Amino acid sequence: MINVIGNRKIYLFVSGFVVLVAIICIVTLGLRPGIDLSGGTSWQVAFSEGVSVADVREAFQENTGISPQVKIAGDGSFVIRLPETSEAIHQDYIGFLNEKFGEFHELNFSSIGPTIGAELRNKAVWAIILVLISISLFIATAFRKVSEPIKSWKYGFIALVTLFHDVMIPTGLLAILGRFQGIEIDTNFIVALLVVMGFSVHDTIVVFDRIRENFILHKGKRFSLKEVINESVESTLARSVNTSLTLVFILLGLIFFGPPSIFYFILTILVGTLVGTYSSIFVASPLLYVLRGSRAGD
Amino acid sequence: MVRRALQILQEKLELLNMSKQRKVVFFLVFLVALSALAGFFDYPSESKISAWRPWQLGLDLAGGSFLIYEIDLEGVPSVDQESVIKGLRDVVERRVNLFGVREPKVYTERSGDTNRLVVELAGVSDVNEAINQIGETPFLEFREVKQEGENVAFIPTELTGRYIKGAQLGFDQITREAQVFLEFNGEGADIFEEVTGRNIGQPLCAFLDGEIRSVEEDCPIVQAKISGGRAQITGRFTIDEARSIVERFNAGALPAPIKLVNQQTIGADFGREALTSSVFAGAIGTLAIIFFMLIYYRRFGFFAGAALLMYIALTLAVFKIIPITLTLAGIAGFLLSIGMAVDANILVFERTKEELKKGLLRASAVEEGFRRAWPSIRDSNITTMISSIVLYYFTSSFVQGFALALFIGVVVSMFSAITITRTLLRVFMR
Repeated sequence: MINVIGNRKIYLFVSGFVVLVAIICIVTLGLRPGIDLSGGTSWQVAFSEGVSVADVREAFQENTGISPQVKIAGDGSFVIRLPETSEAIHQDYIGFLNEKFGEFHELNFSSIGPTIGAELRNKAVWAIILVLISISLFIATAFRKVSEPIKSWKYGFIALVTLFHDVMIPTGLLAILGRFQGIEIDTNFIVALLVVMGFSVHDTIVVFDRIRENFILHKGKRFSLKEVINESVESTLARSVNTSLTLVFILLGLIFFGPPSIFYFILTILVGTLVGTYSSIFVASPLLYVLRGSRAGD
Repeated sequence: MVRRALQILQEKLELLNMSKQRKVVFFLVFLVALSALAGFFDYPSESKISAWRPWQLGLDLAGGSFLIYEIDLEGVPSVDQESVIKGLRDVVERRVNLFGVREPKVYTERSGDTNRLVVELAGVSDVNEAINQIGETPFLEFREVKQEGENVAFIPTELTGRYIKGAQLGFDQITREAQVFLEFNGEGADIFEEVTGRNIGQPLCAFLDGEIRSVEEDCPIVQAKISGGRAQITGRFTIDEARSIVERFNAGALPAPIKLVNQQTIGADFGREALTSSVFAGAIGTLAIIFFMLIYYRRFGFFAGAALLMYIALTLAVFKIIPITLTLAGIAGFLLSIGMAVDANILVFERTKEELKKGLLRASAVEEGFRRAWPSIRDSNITTMISSIVLYYFTSSFVQGFALALFIGVVVSMFSAITITRTLLRVFMR
């Protein structure tokens, strides 16, 4: 027996604290935009053994005067981050790297102009706004019929609060990873956030659906709000946890065995899913109780 | 009398039940056969079923180059823009074909005010050469010369490379210098006639890529109005240069200048590794889900697992039939949909458990579980569908693959989780 309403202060405090830390990280550390959002070049190459990050940087420093950011990818290859590069300059780079390190293998070269970057950024913002609007509209319609004992707009409002909670925590994590691992925010990350938003609402709806159903069941009788909410959370607990768990299995499979190029994409969704499951159980219902209004009783 | 009537009624009901049961069994056999067929069809092999529509792999899995050019339509009247863009696409396609890439894709995209040309080259080893072939084609235009006080101004005319029908290499009979003979099409011939007509005694400059070397070399004096649509450019080239220009013009001159703004090249090994590792990861994840369902829901879990495998076979078949080009993002979207496909089963089973606790018989508890879980299943799938539709319309092609796969996955999963699992339970849970 879990008592989410009785322990609501602890659960809400934990969530509030983590979200606050996430926001502080985002504000102070900032987010690094990826090349698809800001323009630039990302070049992944594999050298024969014995070449270090410092060697690669040095080669660029000597030949071009720029000192690019170089990181080692999961498979031991190098990812070199450069300003937007034309094909002629790309060929120059190949030339001096060949000369210095011998034959090497080019895994991935992408160069994106700043206009395309700006456009994608714009589209991403629009996509997020549209998802938020359509989800709010959807919740408003889905819950329009219940207004007793808790007003229907509160369900929608809380669903959006938990959504904010579920999005902020993975974003905060990416801000930390960006600072210490050089991980960038790219289109994939935004897609991951949108997916998390969908799941977050989906989880919350399952619990709210049950609460609504139980309110209708108790219509006309005196009942304890606290108990009905606790009971609803309890009876949906198994399905909330299990539905997330099946998704987590797939995500863990991808984290451990999947291609390194989508590692952070999957990680964002994984963290979002875990946080979303927590919030649907320990944040959404307690908040509903806190915001119940004076007429709803206990 | 009454007893007799009741007996008949009971027999009738049993018969009805039996024929209903038979229908359900028949339907299950059909579903299993369909899924098996889908499985054969999905598995990449030489068999006729599978080869009917081979898998289409995106560049990120097959390896290759992805080039985006911005089309400069400045100076093209808006009524002509559509035909210019189409012409440009055709020309680039012809050129890419000359380069000998298998199944190249060339298409145009519009975004706000800018028009783009996208070229996808699968398995190209020398991208540099391909880029040169596509992009370095001279953009030819003729400009008139106007004397404005001290300054000389070059005014572009409407005569550009897009009116060129063909080109030929020739040599000046006296100087033996290489020449390029141009032939304009009907419309071009008229324009050329008009332009030469109004510039008799004046120089007319042939600009290549917006440049001339000098007025002496590139701006011949128009001797007379030229009809018939033939022109020659002299004195500018070595034989090799002239020959390459002729080749390019014959493949078609670019009707508008283009600029490379985005380039992505993925090595073939890189793509293949991404493909195998994501398929492996998906298989591991799926097995984990099936084990979990078996342990947690026992017999129910067995049916959910069977339904999940059928779901995978059917969804992949839908992808292959449409066909959807499989990208890494698309595979990721599909794998996520696998993780969500059992969700509906979990909702149903949890409800069924509750109904069983209330004391309902198993068969009716199952039916009640389906009925009562349906609104939640529908609502939660709708939110995912909303997200994927928005993603599809508001993002780049990379994300579209993900969104499309997720959307189709969710739609098929609503069918599989309800129809397939319910049929399995109806047949075996008596």
